[in-house]
Amino acid sequence: MEYIIIIISAIFVNNIVLAQFLGICPFIGVSNKISTSLGMGGAVLFVITLATIVTWLVQYYILQPLGIQFLQTIAFILIIAGLVQMVEIILKKVSPGLYAALGVFLPLITTNCAVLGVAILTIQKEFSLMEGVVFAIANSVGFSFALVIFAGIREHLDLMEVPAGMRGVPIALVTAGILALAFMGFTGLV
Amino acid sequence: MNQLQNFTKGLLKENPILVLVLGTCPTLGVTTSAMNGLGMGLATTFVLIMSNLVISLVKDFIPDKVRIPSFIVIIASFVTVVELVMQGFMPALFEQLGLFIPLIVVNCIVLGRAEAFASKNGVLSSVVDGFGMGLGFALALTVLGSVRELLGSGAIFSLKLIPGDLMLVFVLAPGAFIALGYLIAITKKLNSK
Repeated sequence: MEYIIIIISAIFVNNIVLAQFLGICPFIGVSNKISTSLGMGGAVLFVITLATIVTWLVQYYILQPLGIQFLQTIAFILIIAGLVQMVEIILKKVSPGLYAALGVFLPLITTNCAVLGVAILTIQKEFSLMEGVVFAIANSVGFSFALVIFAGIREHLDLMEVPAGMRGVPIALVTAGILALAFMGFTGLV
Repeated sequence: MNQLQNFTKGLLKENPILVLVLGTCPTLGVTTSAMNGLGMGLATTFVLIMSNLVISLVKDFIPDKVRIPSFIVIIASFVTVVELVMQGFMPALFEQLGLFIPLIVVNCIVLGRAEAFASKNGVLSSVVDGFGMGLGFALALTVLGSVRELLGSGAIFSLKLIPGDLMLVFVLAPGAFIALGYLIAITKKLNSK
């Protein structure tokens, strides 16, 4: 039951992009086409889940026993940067197909605040490792969900006649606002 | 380019948020009020100045290959400083900004300036650049915070200007996107003149 609440809350009620404002850069940047946003979603799912597991272990088995929690920010960002690099190298060797699909998105992920955000939130909410994994996966699904819906809207938006000053980023942000308004309808679900 | 131009470019012409559209996450996340926007802006300014300063000092000793990780460690150290100072002296603001304080690390503006400016320029220029960019960031955040606070609850810096309830949606998530969208459009118009 707890897991179901975590999942519904992360995907709909507190959607990571539209309610928590994490991962906006890729949300605005790569959401021009549905296919690229699916690729980005896949890469994010992979990295967020892995990063959450590793940072959780580091927090509870290294930082906390040694009493150096204040190093959390530095430690976590280094782990994420290293992890992304490692995933890239391994993927290149083991699964060139998957690498070709996710490759271009991987370097972008280090500076995607959703990854660091979810890792820190997992610690802040004092989740167990299992809950943390579920939380990470649910948030990535929420991220992809918002990204794909938004890409679908933007594909249509390209065909519309937008006033000159609003073209590009401004209209995308206003559209995202209306989408966030729609997601507010889920408030009170859990 | 003289230092004055170097300083003022961040304010409007190359404003990190309104023109370059970098660092949108904290921009949208913390600007529920003018005060929060200003607090976040100043915290980021501090990190920007200090990381630009240190990076421009050590840039000649860092091998090119490990450049980015080294920059990240330097930035993360200053973010930790901000985190601890804020927690100690401004616990209320710290509570409000919450997750977005550690997330200054992954703010594209900070790493962007380190890579694009501080790693290629002298100490003084880098500090001035960090200061200008930081103030531009703080300015945009404060303006956005004020707009949202005014439209949402009729106040600026908690100073009630319009009585009664207004469009609460501007304090909530959707209002952040919409207000920033229009602000960017207005800036584009101003800069095109």
